[in-house]
Amino acid sequence: MSETVIRAEGLGKRFRVGERERYLALRDLITRTLAKPFRRERKRQTDYLWALRDVTFEIKQGEVVGLIGRNGAGKSTLLKVLSRITRPTAGYAEIHGRVGSLLEVGTGFHPELTGRENVYLSGAILGMRHAEISRKFDEMVAFSGVERFIDTPLKHFSTGMQMRLAFAVAAHLDPEILLVDEVLAVGDLEFQKKCLGKMEEVSRTGRTIVFVSHQMNQIRRLCERAFWIEGGQIYRTGLANQIVGAYEADMSSGASSGDNGNRAAGKTRFVRWTIEDEESGVPNILASTGRVRVAFGVQLSAPLRMGVHGVSLYNGDRNLIWGTAVYNLELPVGTHSLVHELPSLPLRPGPYTWRVTLWDEHGLLDDWQCVPEMLVTTEPVTHPRDEWAGVLNIPAAFSVE
Amino acid sequence: MSATNPAAEIPVLARMAPLRIAPPSRWWAIPFRELWDFRELLYFFVWRDIKVRYKQTAIGAAWAVLQPFLTMLVFSLFFGKLAHIPSQGLPYPIFYYSALLPWMYFATALQSATSAIVDNQRVITKVYFPRLTLPLSTVLAGLVDFGISFLMFAAMMVYYRMPVRATMLWLPAFLLLAVLTALGVGLWLSALNAIYRDVKYVMPFLVQFWMFASPVAYPSSLVPAKWQWLYGLNPMAGVIEGFRWSLAGSGHAPGRLVLVSAGMVLLTLLSGLAYFQKMETTVSDVV
Repeated sequence: MSETVIRAEGLGKRFRVGERERYLALRDLITRTLAKPFRRERKRQTDYLWALRDVTFEIKQGEVVGLIGRNGAGKSTLLKVLSRITRPTAGYAEIHGRVGSLLEVGTGFHPELTGRENVYLSGAILGMRHAEISRKFDEMVAFSGVERFIDTPLKHFSTGMQMRLAFAVAAHLDPEILLVDEVLAVGDLEFQKKCLGKMEEVSRTGRTIVFVSHQMNQIRRLCERAFWIEGGQIYRTGLANQIVGAYEADMSSGASSGDNGNRAAGKTRFVRWTIEDEESGVPNILASTGRVRVAFGVQLSAPLRMGVHGVSLYNGDRNLIWGTAVYNLELPVGTHSLVHELPSLPLRPGPYTWRVTLWDEHGLLDDWQCVPEMLVTTEPVTHPRDEWAGVLNIPAAFSVE
Repeated sequence: MSATNPAAEIPVLARMAPLRIAPPSRWWAIPFRELWDFRELLYFFVWRDIKVRYKQTAIGAAWAVLQPFLTMLVFSLFFGKLAHIPSQGLPYPIFYYSALLPWMYFATALQSATSAIVDNQRVITKVYFPRLTLPLSTVLAGLVDFGISFLMFAAMMVYYRMPVRATMLWLPAFLLLAVLTALGVGLWLSALNAIYRDVKYVMPFLVQFWMFASPVAYPSSLVPAKWQWLYGLNPMAGVIEGFRWSLAGSGHAPGRLVLVSAGMVLLTLLSGLAYFQKMETTVSDVV
């Protein structure tokens, strides 16, 4: 079962950019042709942009591959080439099996037609046969939750309902290879969870999925492998967790290394935070579940009396993971480092935010939500999916006695 | 890997020849096989065009009859009664309606074909299907209106007690010619409009001009014999004469005229297909 289903060899896509107008008009073409003999020949530089360059890879049957990268890196272009929507300029790709592309939610929807009619139309556009749509119709409508309105014109649906119906149709697409482009970023949280669940279900049936997303937690959850696309080329490939970790590290190292820069100078305030962690070597990345020292730098413009220092740690979903407070601090004027030493901070990988406060006998002195975030890049020791294993990453030992 | 029902199909398909995605090489090749694979989608597009046209309209299907009918009335009055344009022995309404029947089909098919690609740009940039399906669906969707206005014509034939002729058996052939003409020109226009957006605005003028260059308001016998062949370069000339002859028996079997027109139709169709295919290779980048 390890047959190659997608093979790309030196794929390249070039676009013309610059002077060329987006839409031409016949009248412009005519005037330009007539004026040609009279115009001085300007050196027309046609600027080209290689949206994809020399992309080579192999994807085996049943793999779930994530495509990550900055905006404009070429991820959507790659999906478009693989979907045959746009032709490559160079190289080639070979695809074994039926391809379903989910590049947008609600492809083909027409506001004048009813929900029912739109299901048939959208299904047909996405590649389903009439018989197939009829067979899955009830299932799709049930998934979307809009049974009551299925026979009213789509323009009377709210945007949320339209999206749900659109995704319900798309989710029941049954191709061997599924190409998904950030469509899971739409809708409310509950809907996103539902869509993610459906994607997981699809991946479990042995289909090959190529998945583009900016939400790293989704990539971690769904994908085994990940390609990091940068500037139209494949920068790195590997296990999803590793690639995502590397990507996040790269993203955050560009940001300020924990300086509280834009706050009022000269007053008592927190100025920076770091993790004193040998493993990752980067001040805001936590790569181990062992001993860790977190230090918050504070600058006092006046002596601190009866000081209270509060610390809170929030996870990516804004839940409070840990909090503590230190009382009766007495500190002189100057810069100090408030260090918290934890024997262990066993967290699952993802982004976390520290928040620190400082009070004295008169009231609040400073409240800082630390930037940058803390990125935890540990390996999950239990189930790879957060929904089954929770927030903590504890390598518990098991025995029967 | 699970051996569930859908997965069992996978080995079968994997044995088929892989799909190869490469820079466009033989762009002129008409993808017959693919068009056949996507025939259901073609049906859905036609169905969509028809449904959308008649939803939320007060007159709805009646428009398909009203347009040719009212035009016929105006022509009968001004060109016929007042200007005394010869009608080859036919009652004026029959004379004009038999020509308006294919003409209206052609005009509306052209209008919708021109914007076929541009109107569907969202779908084109998000899903793959052979783009030929779009102008093809507009040309086919127009046949529904044609059918409705034909019923009106049948009623008129009964009213004027026109005899049923053997020549009517030729009607499907001329209808096919009309469809191919609409398709050929429609392909050119939809491709051009996708690149040069003002084609859509030139269209109404083009259609009007074309109508006067076709034997709609007057018989082609008005054209001197030695120029008939030139006149036949207008493919609609052959179509309309053919309709008039097969339905109402006016004039003689239009031989040379139709032959020239048919030749032009073939030329337009082939060149239209070629140009359209060429445009298709870059359509999603420029639309």
